[in-house]
Amino acid sequence: MNNLSTSKPLSYWSAFKSIFIREIKLAWQKPTQLVQPVVFFLIVVTLFPLGISPAPKTLQMIGPGVIWIAAILAIMLVVERLFRQDYQEGTIEAWLLSTVPMSLLVGAKLLAAWFISCSVLVLITPVLALLMNIETHVIPALMLSLLVGTPILLFVGAIGNALTVGLNQGGVLLSLLVLPLYIPVLIFATSLIEAATLNMSYTGQMSILISMLLVSCFFAPVAIAAALKNTVN
Amino acid sequence: MLEVQGLTCFRQNRCLFAGLNFVLSEHQICQIEGPNGAGKSTLLRAILGLFRADEGQIIWSGKSTTQQAELFLQQVFFLGHKFAINSDLTPWQNLEFWSALNPTQNDDFASALTKVGLTGLEHIPCHSLSAGQHRRVALARLWLTNTKLWVLDEPFTAIDKSGVQLLQQRFNSHLTSGGMILLTSHQDLSQEFAQLHTIKLTDNTGEII
Amino acid sequence: MWKWLHPYAKAETTYKLCYRLLPYFSWLAVITLVSGSIWGLFYAPSDYQQGDSFRIIYFHVPTAIWSMGAYTSMAICGLIGIVWQIRNAELAVYAIAPVGAAFTFLALISGAIWGKPMWGAWWVWDARLTSELILLFLYLGVIALYNSFEDKRTAARASSILAIVGVINVPIIHYSVEWWNTLHQGASITKLDKPSISPDMLWPLLLNISGFLFVLAALVCLRLANQILINDARRPWVKAMVSEKTNKAEQSKNKATLADKE
Repeated sequence: MNNLSTSKPLSYWSAFKSIFIREIKLAWQKPTQLVQPVVFFLIVVTLFPLGISPAPKTLQMIGPGVIWIAAILAIMLVVERLFRQDYQEGTIEAWLLSTVPMSLLVGAKLLAAWFISCSVLVLITPVLALLMNIETHVIPALMLSLLVGTPILLFVGAIGNALTVGLNQGGVLLSLLVLPLYIPVLIFATSLIEAATLNMSYTGQMSILISMLLVSCFFAPVAIAAALKNTVN
Repeated sequence: MLEVQGLTCFRQNRCLFAGLNFVLSEHQICQIEGPNGAGKSTLLRAILGLFRADEGQIIWSGKSTTQQAELFLQQVFFLGHKFAINSDLTPWQNLEFWSALNPTQNDDFASALTKVGLTGLEHIPCHSLSAGQHRRVALARLWLTNTKLWVLDEPFTAIDKSGVQLLQQRFNSHLTSGGMILLTSHQDLSQEFAQLHTIKLTDNTGEII
Repeated sequence: MWKWLHPYAKAETTYKLCYRLLPYFSWLAVITLVSGSIWGLFYAPSDYQQGDSFRIIYFHVPTAIWSMGAYTSMAICGLIGIVWQIRNAELAVYAIAPVGAAFTFLALISGAIWGKPMWGAWWVWDARLTSELILLFLYLGVIALYNSFEDKRTAARASSILAIVGVINVPIIHYSVEWWNTLHQGASITKLDKPSISPDMLWPLLLNISGFLFVLAALVCLRLANQILINDARRPWVKAMVSEKTNKAEQSKNKATLADKE
C-alpha cells in the first residue's frame, strides 16, 4: 500500500491555480469581507463634500485626489487582514514547507485578492465620479489609473502586512510602514487624472504607473516571501 | 538518513539546546522529550528550516539541507501546532488544497477521511467540527503523503484512544516500509514501538538515551 | 569575493572593531566640525542676496546629505544581512535608523528655520523639504517595526526587509515629489540651484559635510556595539569579557588597597 518512491508529480501551475481557486471560494463564503472595503470607499468619499463644500467647482478640483485617497484607505483595510488567517491557521508554514516557490504562491494569493477586493473598487468609481461632479470624459482615465494603481497599492501593502502579521497590533503600525510608500502612486495617478481633465495626453504618467506596477509585481512577492519566512521563525 | 550535527538554538537570548547531535535512519522512530519550554517544537522547526538555528547543520542523505532545500522538503511531512486547516473550508477542500502543494501517493481523499473516522463529514465546513475532528482532518494527510520523514509535533493531543491506536498502526506501517518518524509527545511510547529512540531536552543539552 | 566580510560575521570581532574605530571617528568629527563651523559662521563671506541667513547651510546641507546617505547604507546593511545571513549587518540596520532619523529631523528643522526669512513661512511644500519629511516617515517606520517585536532577531530581519523596500522607493519618491512640485508651484523656488558657490563658502561646507559623516559613523559604531552586546548578553564571549573586566577592576582595587596600606 505504501510505496515511498512513487509520487504524483507536482506542477507549479496547478499549485498556483489551487491557491487562486481557494481564495475565490473563501471570499464566496464570506461576502461581508468583500463588501466592507467597497462600502468604506463610498463612505469616505461622501464625507468630503460634507466636510469641505458641495460646490461643483470645489468638488471637481478635489475629486480625483479624494477618490484616490479613499481608495488607498480602503485598500489598507484589505491589506490589513490579507495574511492574518493564513498565518494563524498555519497555512503560511505549510506554504514554506512546500516545494513550490513561496513567491509563486504569494503571487497567486495577491492576484486573487486583487480580483476579490480591488476590482470592485475600480468598477464602482463611475458612481463616485458622479458624486464628486467629475466630468464624464475624465471617468475612463480615473478608472484606468485605479486599474493600474490598485495592484501596486495591494502588492506594496502586502509587504507591510507580511512584516507585521505575527504581531498582535493592528493597523496603526501597518499604516506607518505602508502609507509613505504609497505617495508616488498617489502623485502620478492624480496628475494623470488632472491631465485628462485638461484634455492633455497622459501617456507619460500612465507609463510611469505601469512600470511601477511591473517593478512591484517582480519585487513584492520576493519581499513578502522573505518577510513571511521571518515572521514564522 | 537524517543527521543533526552540533545544532544550537537560542530563543530570545535563552539557550534552548547547544551542540545537539543525533542520527535518525530508515525504519527508526525518535521521540523528543522534555518539559514545557525546553525547545522541543523549536528543535523540530529548526530541522525543517522554519527556525533559524544559531549553529550546526542538518544533513539529509549526505548533504546539508540548506544546499538542497527542495529535495529535502519533497521528502518531509510536517504537522505542527497549527495544522494548516482552514476553518471555512470543508475537510475535503482542505485535503484537496494540501495535495496540490505537497507530494502525495494518490488523491484518494474519501478513503483517507474514512480512515480517520470522518465519513459523512467530508463536506461541511471545518469550523463546525470539534477540536479532535479538526485534528483528524490534519492527520488524514498521513494516509495521503508519500514522504519519507515525518516530523510530528504532539500528534496525539485531542485524539481519543481508538484514534491513538489507529495512528500507531499507521506509524508502524510507515516504519516497515522504510520511513522515519521524529515526534514530540508527552505519552510513553516505549510499549508500542520496540525500536523507539528518545532524546531528552533539559535546560541545556540534549542527551540521547 | 566576500571572504573578507566573514570575520565580521562574528559578533565579537565586530564589537571590538566598533570600539577600536570609535575614538578615531569621534576626534575627526570634533576637529572637522569645530573648524568648519567657526570658519563657516564667522569667516566665510556673507551671501549677496540672503545676507547672513544663508549660513544655516553649514548645518542643513550636511544633515540632509547624510540623512539620505544613512538610509542607503542602512538598506545596504539590510541586504548584506539577508543575502549572506550575517546577523551583525541586520543589527547595524537598527543601529543606523535612529541616527538617520535624527539627521533627517535636523535637516527638516534647519530647513524650516532657513525658510522663514526666505519664504516668510516656517513650512513651504518645497520638493526637497517634502521628500525629507517622507524620508523621516520611512525612518520612523523602520524604528517602529523593530520595536514592535519581542524577539529582536526577528525584529532586525523585518526592519532589514523594510529598509530594502524603502530604499527602492526613495528615488521614486524623490522624483515623484519633484514632479508634483513643478506641477503645482512652477520651478520658482529652489534653494541651491547649482553649486555656483564661492570657494570661501565651499571649503567650510565640505569640512562640515565630512564632520557630520564622522558624527554619523561614531554614533553608529557606538550603537552597533551596544546592540551586539544586548543581543548576545547571555552568550559565552560576553560572559567571558564581563568576568575579565570585573577581574581587572578587582585587581586594580586590590592594588589600590595594598598601596593604601603601605
